[in-house]
Amino acid sequence: MDQFFQIQDIGAIAPELEMAIFGMILLVADLLIEQKRKLGWIALVGIGCSASFLVLQRLRDVDVSAYGGMLVVDPFSAFFKFIFLLGAALSIAISLKYLDIERENHGEYYALILFATMGMMFMASAVDLVTLYIGLETMAIATYVLVGFLRNNQRSNEASIKYFLLGAFSSGILLYGMSLLYGISGSTKFVEIAEALSRRPLTDPISLMAMITLLAGMFFKIAAVPFHQWTPDAYEGAPTSITAYMSVAVKAASFAMMVRVFMVAIYPLRPEWVPIMSVVCVLTMTLGNIAAITQSNIKRLLAYSSISHAGYILLGLIAGNETGLVAIPMYLLIYTFTNIGVWAVVVALRRKDVIGEHVDDMSGLFFKHPVSAILMLIFLLSLAGIPPTAGFIAKYFLFAAAIETGHNVLAVIAVLNAAISIYFYFRIVVAMFMREATEKTGLVYSPGVLTALGVAILFTIFIGIYPDPLITMARQAVVMAF
Amino acid sequence: MDFFRQHILTIVAFWPVAGVIVLVFLNKENKTLIRWWANFVAFAGFVISLPIWFWFDFENSDQMQFIQKVPWIQNLGVEYHVGIDGISLLLVMLTTLLGPLALLSSWDAIDNRLKEYYAFLLMLQTGMIGVFISLDFFLFYVFWEVMLVPMYFLIGVWGGSRKLYAAIKFFLYTLFGSVLLLLGILALYFAYPGMAAQQPSLAAEFGTAHTFNVLAFQAMGSFLPAGLQWWIFLAFFVGFAIKVPMFPFHTWLPDAHVEAPTAGSVILAGVLLKMGTYGFLRFSLPMLPEGTKAFIPLMITLSIVGIVYGALVAMMQPDMKKLVAYSSVSHMGFVTLGMFALNPNGLNGSIIQQINHGISTGALFLIVGMIYERRHTREISQFGGISHVMPVFAVVFLIMTMSSIGLPLLNGFIGEFTILMGALQANLWYAIAAGSGIVLGAAYMLWLYQRTMFGTLDNPANQKLLDMNFREIVTVAPLIIMAFWIGLYPAPFFKAVEKPVNKIVLKVRPDFFQGAPQLNAGQPAVPAQGDAR
Repeated sequence: MDQFFQIQDIGAIAPELEMAIFGMILLVADLLIEQKRKLGWIALVGIGCSASFLVLQRLRDVDVSAYGGMLVVDPFSAFFKFIFLLGAALSIAISLKYLDIERENHGEYYALILFATMGMMFMASAVDLVTLYIGLETMAIATYVLVGFLRNNQRSNEASIKYFLLGAFSSGILLYGMSLLYGISGSTKFVEIAEALSRRPLTDPISLMAMITLLAGMFFKIAAVPFHQWTPDAYEGAPTSITAYMSVAVKAASFAMMVRVFMVAIYPLRPEWVPIMSVVCVLTMTLGNIAAITQSNIKRLLAYSSISHAGYILLGLIAGNETGLVAIPMYLLIYTFTNIGVWAVVVALRRKDVIGEHVDDMSGLFFKHPVSAILMLIFLLSLAGIPPTAGFIAKYFLFAAAIETGHNVLAVIAVLNAAISIYFYFRIVVAMFMREATEKTGLVYSPGVLTALGVAILFTIFIGIYPDPLITMARQAVVMAF
Repeated sequence: MDFFRQHILTIVAFWPVAGVIVLVFLNKENKTLIRWWANFVAFAGFVISLPIWFWFDFENSDQMQFIQKVPWIQNLGVEYHVGIDGISLLLVMLTTLLGPLALLSSWDAIDNRLKEYYAFLLMLQTGMIGVFISLDFFLFYVFWEVMLVPMYFLIGVWGGSRKLYAAIKFFLYTLFGSVLLLLGILALYFAYPGMAAQQPSLAAEFGTAHTFNVLAFQAMGSFLPAGLQWWIFLAFFVGFAIKVPMFPFHTWLPDAHVEAPTAGSVILAGVLLKMGTYGFLRFSLPMLPEGTKAFIPLMITLSIVGIVYGALVAMMQPDMKKLVAYSSVSHMGFVTLGMFALNPNGLNGSIIQQINHGISTGALFLIVGMIYERRHTREISQFGGISHVMPVFAVVFLIMTMSSIGLPLLNGFIGEFTILMGALQANLWYAIAAGSGIVLGAAYMLWLYQRTMFGTLDNPANQKLLDMNFREIVTVAPLIIMAFWIGLYPAPFFKAVEKPVNKIVLKVRPDFFQGAPQLNAGQPAVPAQGDAR
């Protein structure tokens, strides 16, 4: 580790590098290629290449820390990077036709997704505050732009501004916490910060200050109550495909960062942050679910649902044992499949003259598109955690972790919330299956949407029925990293 | 044949779903074909379940039989583990019998969205059978939850005027119970390895790793700390009591029953409610003996309140279906009363009464459905003197009324009598309270019969009613036969349940058979040291 940069380090960040290269290729190709949909295909190729580098790294068991310990390549980060790439690929797949309908098909869109994904991949690998923050901002800035991508749409612009202002503010708070940590330890490396913190008393005001500011910043990123207000607006205003991307990939990246920071850097303060996180967890689950009940706009409804899901995932961190940590990446992967499935249907609702965001736009969907309606039903059941869908396995792990570590009250609140959630998910089901079809009812399919739906349903059902391989993978990822 | 014998439970359970897969590809317009196919699948499901009854070894009815055990999720220790003993045998047979009858009853009644209707009914069938055969708690939970979705749709799509409200109420209530049940299961799951490490006998038989094996949990019941048992019992109680439903968790039932289509009500009353009582029998009692004992007073009180309250409310109902629905609350009160009397008579009677309730209430819902199909109303005041125009119907209705109120020679008598014996053995007052429920039961049923069947035929709309047709007679005939069979010769049924029941009693009260007075009215049958221990 004497030398800061070694030539092998290039190999360690090959998947990320490759994303950057393809992002730049896209920017150039944008000038040359008239038909923008082709750019989407290039982006997909880029993601494919990056994924194959990732697989290669895993096959050769590369388990290194690179750049003088600024980042690590381990199974944990690989698992998360896989989630990001998957989320990016599926989001691009559902964008291709959708952007044409919105008349906003531009090359930058795909490049920005690639850059954002690259940022996330650095976040998952980061074991150093600097790497972490740069990754975070790369992701965040690209996402601000993407949220406002519908230039002529007022809601999209408004969403983007809101998201940007609040996001910048929270990044500032986060940075403040980081600077305090640096002040305490004199280092930006997680391991050294943990060491420095453990040498100080638990009630040390400066450590607590650092912890609280970090918590606030992180809670904003995962949209936990009371830092959730931006979510419904941003989700509603953003292009639907970007909402899908944010709800899976951005959320997963924020959790990857959170696990690293809380389980390594400020792990010594665990007795202090668990109570705070427990309160936030209860509030997030409950408020997300209750607010979702009153929504009639599907995008807002799903936004609140995604808030409550963040609350469930916090259970994993609160439990903090093996089951809990295994639950987090598993939940996020399963959530990616399921949620992309739901969003793919919502994207298909958007047609030339129909906005397709209201629950009523789903009326009688079953009569016009029975297969899509049944798929949607399965996705919603999975979100609610009804077996034998993948969502049940995901929730099972979180609840199990809570019970295993004796957080019984939290577990009870969490399961009751899971039961409440069926109420608003089934409002969509009622619309689809029990109302008459109207003239507005209908879907626009494209090969991309169909592919995304196919992938999503395949894994939602397969993981639900036979989750063993996934559990093994997630367990490996976590056991080796922590 | 050997293959069939070894896998018979799996085949019986998944046969309806296999039928659904074919059903999906049938032409939506060809309604006759869909009806024939669905009814064929259900009937064949009953036929292939018959060998279970004949191959079942009644001498060892307390042993699990037809066991099949395949690893499923190895990371968690989940297995596909099925098997039945005498108790589940009866419930599985009840399910496979009621399923086809429910389907047959919908032949004319349901005409829109046939394909989905039959698909959901058949899926429900798989879920219910699965619940009764699972010996792995995880597997059990999966079946238990899976069944909610088809039932939701049956009520929500083909139900009455307030169907959406009733459907989501049913779903939410049951889901609230079952998620708490899941937490209870998890608590047992995480307690097991620690217990197995302490108890060599447990480790020797079931290993020390995490497991969901129901038999392992039952064996663990004797060692589990009482405090933990109390909490787990509470979690299980909410889950199962909502399903039974016990007072005060019964409020979903009248809505669901009244709004559901006839077949839905039959299945709901006939089988779904039994899943709750089965849960108590299979899980709560043997796995949590100390918890059970701590909760006896509460359970008995709720049962008696349920019996009396259900009967009183039933008496006041202007709607036939609602009357039958509330009578279910009352009858299920008997079932739980017998169960928590915690002696062999009480438990035997409680299981037989579950079967009886399935038969008689199932039949009563069919009967109400038939009259509703003809008149499109269920208001009791709309009827009167129906026996003049529908003599066959009147006879069937009479038999089932008698069966429901427990007339000797019919099935209800056997069940209620045995439960009363058990209750008497436990405490005189239990029996007196339960006895009053029987009187009230006779009152509301006979009054219903009198108001609808006797009197003058003064409502012109009733004067041209057609009597039961051949299909309808076929639908209720098996239930009448069963009612007489259990009423006249209940021996095989008792034989099936006696041994498993003794096992449960021994589990909860290990010293029960050692010199405890068998019939001693007025005092608790079990000496006080049984509770103090």
